[in-house]
Amino acid sequence: MSWILKNLWLIAALPMLAAGLTALAPRRRRRFAASAAIASITGSLLLSLCALSHTMLSGGGRAREVFSFPWFQFGTDWLTLGWVLDPLSALMLVMVSFVGLLIFIYSIGYMAKDENFTRFFCFLSLFAGAMLGLVISNSLLLLFMCWELVGLTSYLLIGFWYHKPSAAAAAKKAFITTRIGDIAFLIGLVWLYAQSGTLLCYDAGRGCLETTALGAMAGQLTTFGVPVAVAISLLIFCGAMGKSGQVPLHVWLPDAMEGPTPVSALIHAATMVAAGVFLVARVFPLMAAGTGTTLTVITWVGAITAIFAAGVAVAQTDIKRILAYSTVSQLGYMMMGLGTGGVAVGMFHLITHAFFKALLFLGAGSVIHGCHEEQDVRCMGGLRKWMPVTFATYSIGMLSLSGFPLLFSGFWSKDAILHAAHNWTPSSVPFFLGLAGAFLTAFYMTRQVALVFFGNCRLNLGRTSSSEQRMVEHGGIAEDRVGNAGKLQAPSHQSDHGAEPHESPAIMTAPLVILAIFSIAPAAIGTPFWPWFQKFLGGETGPAAGIWGIMLASSAVVFAGLGAGWWLYGRKPVETSEAPDVLERLPADLFVILRNKFWFDEIYDRSIVAFTLWWSRACNWLDAWVWNGLVQLTAFAVLGLSWLNRACDEYVVNLGFDEGCNELRRGGRGVSRLQDGQVQHYLRAIGLALAALGLMLIWGCK
Amino acid sequence: MSFSFSLIAAVTAAAAVAAVGMRNLVHCVLALTLAFAGLAAAYLQLGAQFVGFVQILVYVGAVAILIVFAILLTRGSESANTPMLSKGWISGVLIAVLVLGVLIYALASSSALPRGIPPAPDIAVRQVGDALMRRFVLPLEIVGLLLTAALIGGVIIAMQEPKKPAASPEQGRAQRGPTDPTTHSHP
Amino acid sequence: MSPLPGYLVLSSFLFAIGLAGALIRRNAILVLVGIELMLNAANLNFIAFWRFSEHPEALTGILFVIFSIAVAAAEAAVGLALVISIYRHYKTTNLDQVNRLQG
Repeated sequence: MSWILKNLWLIAALPMLAAGLTALAPRRRRRFAASAAIASITGSLLLSLCALSHTMLSGGGRAREVFSFPWFQFGTDWLTLGWVLDPLSALMLVMVSFVGLLIFIYSIGYMAKDENFTRFFCFLSLFAGAMLGLVISNSLLLLFMCWELVGLTSYLLIGFWYHKPSAAAAAKKAFITTRIGDIAFLIGLVWLYAQSGTLLCYDAGRGCLETTALGAMAGQLTTFGVPVAVAISLLIFCGAMGKSGQVPLHVWLPDAMEGPTPVSALIHAATMVAAGVFLVARVFPLMAAGTGTTLTVITWVGAITAIFAAGVAVAQTDIKRILAYSTVSQLGYMMMGLGTGGVAVGMFHLITHAFFKALLFLGAGSVIHGCHEEQDVRCMGGLRKWMPVTFATYSIGMLSLSGFPLLFSGFWSKDAILHAAHNWTPSSVPFFLGLAGAFLTAFYMTRQVALVFFGNCRLNLGRTSSSEQRMVEHGGIAEDRVGNAGKLQAPSHQSDHGAEPHESPAIMTAPLVILAIFSIAPAAIGTPFWPWFQKFLGGETGPAAGIWGIMLASSAVVFAGLGAGWWLYGRKPVETSEAPDVLERLPADLFVILRNKFWFDEIYDRSIVAFTLWWSRACNWLDAWVWNGLVQLTAFAVLGLSWLNRACDEYVVNLGFDEGCNELRRGGRGVSRLQDGQVQHYLRAIGLALAALGLMLIWGCK
Repeated sequence: MSFSFSLIAAVTAAAAVAAVGMRNLVHCVLALTLAFAGLAAAYLQLGAQFVGFVQILVYVGAVAILIVFAILLTRGSESANTPMLSKGWISGVLIAVLVLGVLIYALASSSALPRGIPPAPDIAVRQVGDALMRRFVLPLEIVGLLLTAALIGGVIIAMQEPKKPAASPEQGRAQRGPTDPTTHSHP
Repeated sequence: MSPLPGYLVLSSFLFAIGLAGALIRRNAILVLVGIELMLNAANLNFIAFWRFSEHPEALTGILFVIFSIAVAAAEAAVGLALVISIYRHYKTTNLDQVNRLQG
């Protein structure tokens, strides 16, 4: 057993330790909080790199080492936890800790003026620890614990500016929505435990993801005629859907943008939302077991999510919200890749996406920072003059996300997914949905970049109220804006630059540059020419047939998207922020539908939320009248019984005993009265006794 | 029933009643002395000269004087208005009468009393002394021991109680305590 | 008719008078006096029975009375010493007030 395997837990423990220390530190210890967080994540990154190199040296592919330890005993069974070191976890470790490190560094600049800087780094460290723990855990139970921990930190960080009602509501929404998926996940885990008797993924042939257990579960049928493996994997996939924002549980993710932008980048773009994808990849043998129904479901859910979210993103105006829907869409692609092409395809897109989406979010944060907390893309424009570094890096991220051919990693990973979808035998619809999604992706990214960085500057700090007014008129998106209330803007900050946008400090742009490099670099390891990544993850590279056609098709689609975006938004720059969107000229109210996100929130409000409210009122009524009455009745019955009991006790049992005691006491008092200490009274008794004795003698002698 | 016995009996009984019934204690003792003397006379009449003289010596001479001393030593407790009799005196009288009745009844109903009058025995003091020194020498020694013990016991009981017993450390500390600077520290 | 019953009746009277004195007087000294009377009544019984017995030369009655007188003398001495001690302790010889042994 190698030392790295034995000490793998340190990767997760270091950030958690930092979080604990930071939590104990006073609020003013900003430097300590930041340095503890960054030191711990750096340590984790170094250990992760060791783990990755160890995995590479031991051959990649099927190389898998596990470490198990007993946690506690219930009944006669030991509950065993453990961690696993395999290519999947090693890659995720490096990605999470590397992106995390960059975002931590970025946060120092972004959160510099926030009074709760210390708390922010405490939460970030806790998140990093939980996420890394999730990645390394070999036991699904441990994974579930970390899963809930990242959910908690997500809740805490979305609601970081909790004094803003919208942020508090968004935090609650995220927590509750993901909880719906988690319930199914938990049920799946319990079922899995009942079936296989273990929650360890890999345990030298006894794990629940290994051949024996899978074979047993695939052979067994539930009452509905579905193999048990399929039922369990569908339940677990529900958890992944909640966490990764798949339709219809995606509604929390756009609202989660109420959190600080580094949080959006770290948690709601790069790592946590990818946890669902990672979960599916981790339990992929289970997903693939049985008839493969689960993979079909995953594919369809992913495809629908991809096209749906891309469509919605086209009509959004908030810079972060566009990226959020883009994230949802890309997560759909990943799911589709997992469903059609296996672990390697989905994970490749996960890794590349993590880099360029983190880059885009951090770039958006930089833009927001530079524009004095403005988030509406209609109110920006022409920023490339003021923010050259941000512009350059953001463009790289945008091209990568759009899938610009050959150079950018996003192209290759998306191409792999499309290729897999094309080869998917059950249906070709997901492939065309993916293709359409690719077009829309290129289109909305072009629109965003054109609106933000090109044209003339429409930034007007004094216009905030009218802008808000206008957005209310547009309906349903007034909450898009993140108000200024949560951030402490130093007066000097504005007076130095006036109303002019400005470039962000180096501590924020440096991570952008590094991430931009990594938005391109991974392309080298996953191309069809040298599919090292796929081989490393142990997946088959698949038939290369038709790969050229797919590449041509997707390139064409991407160029079409870019061109359409440029034609509509870049060619003739928008002059004023009040000008209507070009797409509003589209027929059939399509734009309104898209802008309102297909009214998902409203439908939920009218259906699920309303039903829950009605149901809870009904429950309340039942509680107040029916159950409470029963309880009261029982209470009265018990009360009556106890009265009876008490009476019996007091007047039957106690009375007899008390009387006996009283008699004894009275007798004792009478006897003790004879002993009054008066000598003459004793003598009197002796005299009486003498007389009695005499009489007795006399009569006895007769 | 000779006249002399009747006289002696009447005087003795009357003196006994006076001895327990008079208010003045000294008068009581004088009446008691008279009763003792009457009894001594009865002994002489019964032919027990030695016992009669012993009665006079011991009771009239010693016990009566002892009681007079005791009365004089406890003089302070008596006052003219303290009641003479104890609280339940009627019941005491009744009990005494009851006992008397029982005794008289026993006498009256007895059939074992000797009928005849035996001749008066001629008992010299010499014979008494002989019996004491021979047959009853051990009881005599025991009585001597008893008298010695009673003498010492009486002296010890009646001895003046020591006002400040220095032998008692408890009391000594209690008396010294509040004024002793070594054990009393000022806060 | 021998004069024995007369002596016995006298003895009975003396005993009853002594008992009554011991029972009704408050003063501890007079209680002792009553007791002395009762003892003397018993002595008189002994002497009377000796005088009218079958074998007066055995001297048992006389010797018993002599010992009895000795014991009575000791009793008187100790009893009076106790009375003095009680007086010194309670400042009274009134037996009604000496009831420390009350149960």
